[in-house]
Amino acid sequence: MIRKISVATALAITLTVTSAVVVAEDLAEAILTPYRQKEIVPVDNKQYKEECGSCHYAYPPGLLPSKSWEKLLTAEALKKHFGENAELDADTLKVIHDYAIANAADKSYHKRSRKIAIATENIEAPLRITEVRYIKRKHHEIPEKMIKGNKDVKSLSYCDACHTQANKGVFDEDTVKIPNYPDWDD
Amino acid sequence: MKRLITLMIIAAVMVSPEAMASPASDSLLAKYKADGVTKIDAAKAKADWTKEAKGEDGETISCSTCHGTDFSKPGKHRKTHKVIDPMSPRVNADRFTDEKKIEKWFKRNCNDTWGRECTSQEKADFLSFLTAQ
Repeated sequence: MIRKISVATALAITLTVTSAVVVAEDLAEAILTPYRQKEIVPVDNKQYKEECGSCHYAYPPGLLPSKSWEKLLTAEALKKHFGENAELDADTLKVIHDYAIANAADKSYHKRSRKIAIATENIEAPLRITEVRYIKRKHHEIPEKMIKGNKDVKSLSYCDACHTQANKGVFDEDTVKIPNYPDWDD
Repeated sequence: MKRLITLMIIAAVMVSPEAMASPASDSLLAKYKADGVTKIDAAKAKADWTKEAKGEDGETISCSTCHGTDFSKPGKHRKTHKVIDPMSPRVNADRFTDEKKIEKWFKRNCNDTWGRECTSQEKADFLSFLTAQ
C-alpha cells in the first residue's frame, strides 16, 4: 500500500514538475516575444514559405483549423486550388501538409489561432480565411471602398496588402496601413 | 601568349550562342529530344506566348497575361497580383536553373492557360525561346 502511494506520489510530482517546466517555458517565451503569444505563429518552414509564397501570401497555418488544411492540401484539391493548378510532387506535398496540420489553429495556443479554432469548431471546414467568422468580424467596420474598391487591396485575402507585419504573424491594429488611405485610424 | 588566350576567351564569349542555357535547361532539352522532338521552333513559341485561350473563369488569357511580353520586366499574376520575377535569364539569374521547378511550372501554367499539359515539343520550343531572351 505504502509503495503504491509512493508510486502515485512520484508520478504526481513528475507531472507537476513537467507541467511547471512547460508553463515556465511558455512564460519565458511570452516575456521574450510577447507578440507571439498574442498573435499567430509566423511561417517557419522554408518549403512551405517557398511553395505557397511563390503564388500568394504564405498564410500561416494558424489562420485555419486542421480540418480546413486537410481539405485544401491533397493532390486532388491542389489541381484546382481556387481555380489555379497548384500541383506539387508527393514529397513536397507531404512536407507542406504535415507542417500545416501540425501548426493549424486548433493545435496552437496563440490567441488569434485559439479564436479562429473556436469560431470554426462546430461548422464545416472553411476553405477561405475570409469565411472565418472571427476574421470577418474583425474587418467589419472597414468600409468596402477601402478593401474591394481599393485597387491596391481588392480583397481581404491579400492580408499583407495592409497588415505590414503579416509575414511575422502579427495582425495587430497598430501595424495596419491601408494603401491609399493614409489617414485611416481604427 | 597570355594576352592571346585572354583575347580568345573574350572572342569566344562574344560569339557564343545567344541562349543563356543552363545545365538544367540543357538537360531538359535533351529529355524532350529523347521524347522524339527533332526540330525546335522558337518562332512558334513566340507566337504561342500571346495565343489567347479561354481561362477557367471565362476570361481570355495567354502566357503574356501574367508574364508580359517584355521579358526583362517582372510580370504580375492576374488573380493573386503577386509579382512574377522576369522571365529573361539575363536579368534574372535564377530563371531556368532548376529542372524540377521548370517542369512544375510548365505543368501548372499549361493546365491553367490552355487547359491541358504542354507536349514535349511545345516545352522544347518555349524553353529555347525563353532562354534566348
